[in-house]
Amino acid sequence: MMYGLTIFGLTIYAGGHVRVALFITCVNDTLFPGTGKAVVTLLRRLGVDVDFPEAQTCCGQMHLNTGYREEGARLAHHFVDVFRGYDAVVVPSGSCGAMVREQYPKLADGGAFGEAVAATVPRVYDLSEFLIDVLGVTDVGAYFPHRVTYHPTCHSLRGLHLGDRPRRLLEQVKGLELVPLPGAEECCGFGGTFAVKNPDISAAMCGDKVRNVLDTGAEVLCAADNSCLMHIGGTLTRQKAGVRVMHLAEILASTAPGDTHERGDSR
Amino acid sequence: MSRTFLGMPGTVSMMGYSGKEGFPENAAKAVRNSQLRFNLRKATGTIRGRRASVVGELPDWPDLRQAGKAIKDHTLRNLDTYLVELEEAVTRAGGHVHWARDAAEANRIVTDLVKATGETQVVKVKSMATQEIGLNEALHDEGITAYETDLAELIVQLGDDWPSHILVPAIHRNRSEIREIFVRHMSEWGRPAPEKLTDDPAALAEAARLHLRERFLATKVAISGANFMVAETGTLVVLESEGNGRMCLTLPETLISVVGIEKLLPTWRDLEVFLQLLPRSSTGERMNPYTSMWTGATEGQEFHLVLLDNGRTRVLADDLGRQALRCIRCSACLNVCPVYERSGGHAYGSVYPGPIGAILTPQLRGMESELDRSLPYASSLCGACYEVCPVAIDIPSVLVELRGRSRHPMAERAGMAAAGWVLNRSGRLARAQRMGGRMRRLVPKRLPGPLGGWTDTRDLPDIPKESFRDWWNRTDGGSR
Repeated sequence: MMYGLTIFGLTIYAGGHVRVALFITCVNDTLFPGTGKAVVTLLRRLGVDVDFPEAQTCCGQMHLNTGYREEGARLAHHFVDVFRGYDAVVVPSGSCGAMVREQYPKLADGGAFGEAVAATVPRVYDLSEFLIDVLGVTDVGAYFPHRVTYHPTCHSLRGLHLGDRPRRLLEQVKGLELVPLPGAEECCGFGGTFAVKNPDISAAMCGDKVRNVLDTGAEVLCAADNSCLMHIGGTLTRQKAGVRVMHLAEILASTAPGDTHERGDSR
Repeated sequence: MSRTFLGMPGTVSMMGYSGKEGFPENAAKAVRNSQLRFNLRKATGTIRGRRASVVGELPDWPDLRQAGKAIKDHTLRNLDTYLVELEEAVTRAGGHVHWARDAAEANRIVTDLVKATGETQVVKVKSMATQEIGLNEALHDEGITAYETDLAELIVQLGDDWPSHILVPAIHRNRSEIREIFVRHMSEWGRPAPEKLTDDPAALAEAARLHLRERFLATKVAISGANFMVAETGTLVVLESEGNGRMCLTLPETLISVVGIEKLLPTWRDLEVFLQLLPRSSTGERMNPYTSMWTGATEGQEFHLVLLDNGRTRVLADDLGRQALRCIRCSACLNVCPVYERSGGHAYGSVYPGPIGAILTPQLRGMESELDRSLPYASSLCGACYEVCPVAIDIPSVLVELRGRSRHPMAERAGMAAAGWVLNRSGRLARAQRMGGRMRRLVPKRLPGPLGGWTDTRDLPDIPKESFRDWWNRTDGGSR
């Protein structure tokens, strides 16, 4: 059904009702429900009916990347079972999206799982890809009158190859002033269990990232991955730096006061 | 001047590390050294910028990269044929070929060859393979002094130090530290540093030139490695910047080259690809200043080639790990690595530091020591190394694979098993989330044990009262 997606996208844009699955990710589900609510708000506003398959849990990234291949593979099987039937799966997390798209095919040694992966993986979209490539929108009708800097995150950049999609979306947000982040493409030092296994190096990396963020004078640090934001944000609050972190979805869901649409719930 | 060789014989030199402490402990010490961090940031930042600009000017870079990868893969698959072809070509051209199974064997071959000349001094061209096998230490034990002639290796040797970078072994030193080392130690090894030496780079280079020139003219045996070996012609190739390598390769009566078996290329023409990939990736130059090539022995001189395995055939047998053998030692992955930039090279306890070291060292040396088990974890998996690698080694994938083969700490295994159990069923996850929501006020500011590494410098996120899935169910997806 891949060929139909562009048409499918236009149909949605024209106001049609096609259901799309949201893979919220275990981190967002548990710790950052506001991001999930923002994705739902945003997609509804754009005429997309979102489904939340309740059996979903976790993509398996933490287990696989820490060296627990069996557990990681089990969760990958579960993901594919849950999301197999959908036309599109939207993921508001660069690293979980990259896990599914980059690592699942490597886990699949042919067989039934291989087929299921081949059928599911091409329909998995990062939120910004879904908005721009499938729905064909860059102006999502958001209003956010703040100075914002954007951290592209490693897996969004080098795993999913999101390129400038998030920036293009932010540039269309009314009232938003986007300021460039020096050393943007450098890792913040999170890396999942890396932050705990190599705390000193991780903290040194984050220290440099935070200094770059503060140099921009931005009020808000935005990214498309809450794991990285949890890391940088945890350092920002520890330092009482006064800079907020917000997921891209939360900014895109925000609307002007008095607008009929519900404002994206922030954390 | 003397140094104990602490590495296990037959493997990769551990450069003074016992291996009992892991990478995190080594790196923690390094990261607190602010001078080191300043030196590394400045040096890696400069090379990184230069590489990006000279790579960016080649529109066919992705094709060159794919070609480099394809040629190396083809060669590695047919190593048996090409190595024999090389041996025949070198022998035809008057050279002698020796085969070394491991470090001990290679060291013995080289030591015997030097002894046969009756000399007790050798000059060295910068070489990773001889560092890998701890050759200088082995020669020292037999009463032979090896003099490093590459400027950076000279700095490391004079300072009784270990190299910390593949291409720029003294990257952890700045010029005032180098001046200090020259003033204090040059006289112990030969011609002393000039009086009133300043830390002006030109003055430092001149001091090294004067010191080394006498050595080149007086020494009769040279030891080198090679960047490439061409099977078809039997030609060895060394790329360098200073010309000191060329002095060693041409002046002495005997030349002994120790080269890893993976350095092979089938044909002369293959150099076309690699002579573009290597200088642009390593020094960020379009072309390196000196490219020396030699085929067999020149009249009146002796040439010995020692082909080194030292674990390479074992790596070659590994489906995923074997791509590490494509490495051309350019060090682009080190220069771009945010972990290396902060830990420096010594923390890796291997002559191969940085991302490539984190996949190569555990494969060559095994994962027995705490240090070697920790190396695959010395990465945030940010992917910058894979992106710059000129032969497209998927370093993050190999890291993940090696992590899968590692022995994990018991507490971590228990934690991962518990997390796996919860995440296996959405009902269990929902119950765990609700429990977390109820206990949200009880989470301490500082976590105990290994998790304290997080809370030492970072706050934990607030646990929300309600998970997303509970919100979805309660509000019917936000519509109530």
